[in-house]
Amino acid sequence: MKKHTFDRQTKGDRIFFALDYAVLVFVVLVVVYPLIYVLSCSFSDPLAVMESKVVLWPVNISLQSYKQVFEYTPIWIGFRNSIAYTVIGTALNLVLTMLLAFPLSARELPGKKIVLGLLTFTMLFNAGTIPNYIWMRNLGLIDNFWVLILPCGLTAYNVFVTRTYMQNTLTEELREAAEIDGCSDFRFFLQIALPLSGAIVAVMMLFYGTVHWGEYFNALIYIRSKELYPLQIFLRNILIANNIEGDLLGSLDPEEAALREALQETLKYGIIVVSSLPMMLLYPFVQKFFVKGVMIGAVKG
Amino acid sequence: MNRSTARQKHWKHNRIIMKRHWQMYVMMFLPIAFLIVFNYMPMSGLVIAFKNYSFSKGIWGSKWVGLRHFDKLISSYMFPRLLSNTFLLSLFTIAVCFPIPIVFAVLLNECRHPRFKKLVQMISYAPHFITTVVIVSILNQLFNYYHGIVNVMIQNLGMHAVDFMGEADAFRPMYVFSGLWQNMGYNSIIYIAALASVDPQLEEAATIDGANRLQKIWHIDLPTIMPTIIIMLILRMGSILDVGYEKVYLMQNDINIVFSEVISTYVYKMGLLNTQYSFAAAVGIFNSVVNLVMVLLVNWICRRLGDTSLW
Repeated sequence: MKKHTFDRQTKGDRIFFALDYAVLVFVVLVVVYPLIYVLSCSFSDPLAVMESKVVLWPVNISLQSYKQVFEYTPIWIGFRNSIAYTVIGTALNLVLTMLLAFPLSARELPGKKIVLGLLTFTMLFNAGTIPNYIWMRNLGLIDNFWVLILPCGLTAYNVFVTRTYMQNTLTEELREAAEIDGCSDFRFFLQIALPLSGAIVAVMMLFYGTVHWGEYFNALIYIRSKELYPLQIFLRNILIANNIEGDLLGSLDPEEAALREALQETLKYGIIVVSSLPMMLLYPFVQKFFVKGVMIGAVKG
Repeated sequence: MNRSTARQKHWKHNRIIMKRHWQMYVMMFLPIAFLIVFNYMPMSGLVIAFKNYSFSKGIWGSKWVGLRHFDKLISSYMFPRLLSNTFLLSLFTIAVCFPIPIVFAVLLNECRHPRFKKLVQMISYAPHFITTVVIVSILNQLFNYYHGIVNVMIQNLGMHAVDFMGEADAFRPMYVFSGLWQNMGYNSIIYIAALASVDPQLEEAATIDGANRLQKIWHIDLPTIMPTIIIMLILRMGSILDVGYEKVYLMQNDINIVFSEVISTYVYKMGLLNTQYSFAAAVGIFNSVVNLVMVLLVNWICRRLGDTSLW
């Protein structure tokens, strides 16, 4: 009984499994290679990178590019701002999402359908770039720290996922028992619903947090002053538009043009690694949470 | 008579609940205020698509011009190009990035070594957490014409280097396949979850009947996850004109602009860089309406053909 019947393999099955594993290994290699390559370049000697000597592992290990990254202040302004946007933005997201998802998870609440309708419509239709811009301008939010936080207060999809989760964890019996004991909705929310929602709070932190961290287009539209730029705008200027500011490379001997150019390239690799590091370090620990989140969303479907 | 008393009863019942649960409404107040202020109030700005808007005159003081901006859009030489660029980029993306995660999920589901399976999942989800700006810059580095590793390899094989990031023809494949690289794993999660619900008894019965792996996938796995596939397809079709404009904009250059100018990047440039607010708003409305029609249409087709639909 222990061995399932379907473990007996025919010849065709064996070929199938061989191909299956070959494809999976191929996928892993394709996904991992660019990441390793970038990492290796960032740790290599700038000239070796320019001469394309790096193929997989670092060549002539050097911390040059990191030294440059650390000396390049705009990146750190960006880091500071992005952390502020992400932490404050996500905190607001969590408060709003929980406050809305909890009442909507109630079995019976007059007016619930109207609110659900309001939410669903935002998924189907958006005012669009220009009307949003005009509205933010009317509110006086252009070039303001809060313009990257307030308009993204809550996302309908995330509210639905949280609501589904609460419908499943806060059972009808639990709600009734609390009501009979004279527990108010506020108290139920704070002392019962929230403590039971640890997993979904983690999921939401992750979903909202990644959006805030990657934010770039809204910043491009609404933010003018450099002191308010999130990290991604600085990254775009350096990595894609090739605008490296100031005398970062100026202290070098002007005759060493090749080295200069090389340093510019490795600086990019260093920046890519440093800026992606927070997410990449966090990711293995939160992986199980976001898988859970996607699955709750799917069940709702 | 009967109906009105029933309604009265219903209202009375509702009033009792509302009274008992007034705190629920207090909780909802703040989030709903946010929805109204930041999602619904901006829609008042849609009216400028029918006016000649300028900041000095404001929304209500600007002159009404009716459908002139829509006329201008449709008769513009850019219109066919914008529409075809947007549609083609989107269709190409759907054709590649929709089915492949399903295949990947099925293949992963067949994996019999839990540890290896976990590893593959862990690695394949990771690129999802790299930001768009960084993805595009990795592309720029790896596919650089002069020193990008891909061109170095191509030249080592004795072929000519290709300007992947510059050439117009390369734009669509680069956009689509980098998207696949980034999101294949993440997009497969939902199907992996759905596949976990396949009834093992069906599998055993199929084995006894002499079905091979492929037959089992075709006759058991796929039908099980079909509702999920259809829902995801409807949702995806609903955003057919919403290409990832952030990434498109980052990848744009003077050469590939013939293929990379899509509706949303055009709205941004026209509206915010050229300050033709009204015209850009009209283009935006066109975009939203097409999306809305698409989601309703696909939903209607799916409901007609099968029994899975969004509503």
